[in-house]
Amino acid sequence: MKRNLKDYLKLFKSTFFLSAFTFGGGYVIIPLMKRKFVDELGWLEETEMLNMAAIAQSSPGAMAVNASILVGWRLMGISGAAIAILGTVLPPLIILSVISLFYAAFRDNAIVSAVLKGMMAGVCAVIFDVVITMGGQIIKAKKILPILIMAGAFFVYFVLHINIIYIILFCATLGALVSLHDKKTGKEHL
Amino acid sequence: MVYLQLFWSFFQIGLFSFGGGMAAMPLIQNQIVDLHGWLTLTEFTDLITISEMTPGPIAINSATFVGTQIAGLGGALVATLGCILPSCIIVSLVAWLYSRYKELAVIQGVLAGLRPTVVALILSAGLSILVLSFWGAGGFTWDIASTDFIAVALFAVGLFLLRRFKPNPILIMLGSGVIGGACYLFI
Repeated sequence: MKRNLKDYLKLFKSTFFLSAFTFGGGYVIIPLMKRKFVDELGWLEETEMLNMAAIAQSSPGAMAVNASILVGWRLMGISGAAIAILGTVLPPLIILSVISLFYAAFRDNAIVSAVLKGMMAGVCAVIFDVVITMGGQIIKAKKILPILIMAGAFFVYFVLHINIIYIILFCATLGALVSLHDKKTGKEHL
Repeated sequence: MVYLQLFWSFFQIGLFSFGGGMAAMPLIQNQIVDLHGWLTLTEFTDLITISEMTPGPIAINSATFVGTQIAGLGGALVATLGCILPSCIIVSLVAWLYSRYKELAVIQGVLAGLRPTVVALILSAGLSILVLSFWGAGGFTWDIASTDFIAVALFAVGLFLLRRFKPNPILIMLGSGVIGGACYLFI
């Protein structure tokens, strides 16, 4: 990846813009980032984007910030990471600073409430679209273990409400052990 | 002194927030309401409402909000910096390790194990928001009368458009907000 002012500016603008639309929790940044950096700019491959989502999920802190750091670093090293962090943090900083000054009025505003309520359904659609795409790819690969991991992780988290840290540690360890075993036996479960 | 308290408090929040905003909520409440008394419980509830109405992670939003209330713009900057510093350090280290060692079989295995996990977790997040969107805070119910059909329609149309025409997701979110907002205000 070449480093020049134009690309730095593009990275900043992209992360700034995406961050300004990360409603409904940090997960929505993944489809937005995929759209921008994989589909539109072609700076990343889809597997790599998913790797970064996995790492962002497994680290402490906000998903959106983590994902931005990883993408920025991957594309343009430490300066890319710094630019991405700045781009991601500025929108909430600006918006919340302004809103804090008159938050009671904002909280009770009927128009804002209605629009954001409507937007929530759109956020759902965006998240489900990316889940269908990514989940579909895992299922299409026809390897039983990733499918079991996906189904098991969903059940354990959504139904049983097990702490996310344990799920991540377990799945990461399982992946490591299986890959070591596959290396010895020459098979390929993952 | 208050700057140092803000920084350290939100540093801890940033360091121990795993799995997204909702998981961080008890920690944030503990630091802000119980320990330091920077917000009342009512103000904390307001903060949650406002955070759901604005973009950005709850942890950063709460840092900016509390920082502004306590110590103005300087407070907001210090608290936000404290909040993101742990993940900046840790994730930058992870990013460096990833760039150096990602070809190792064991690392590839870890990532191969984590990728389906992330899909599952994103699906969980999507379902949680879906339940909130269709049925509100009360949660899922078979009672048809409790279902928000405007939200159902917006979701169905949005998902169809995304699968069929692959527009920019932000357009779907904006369109959903405008049309949905109009429906909720006037129907």
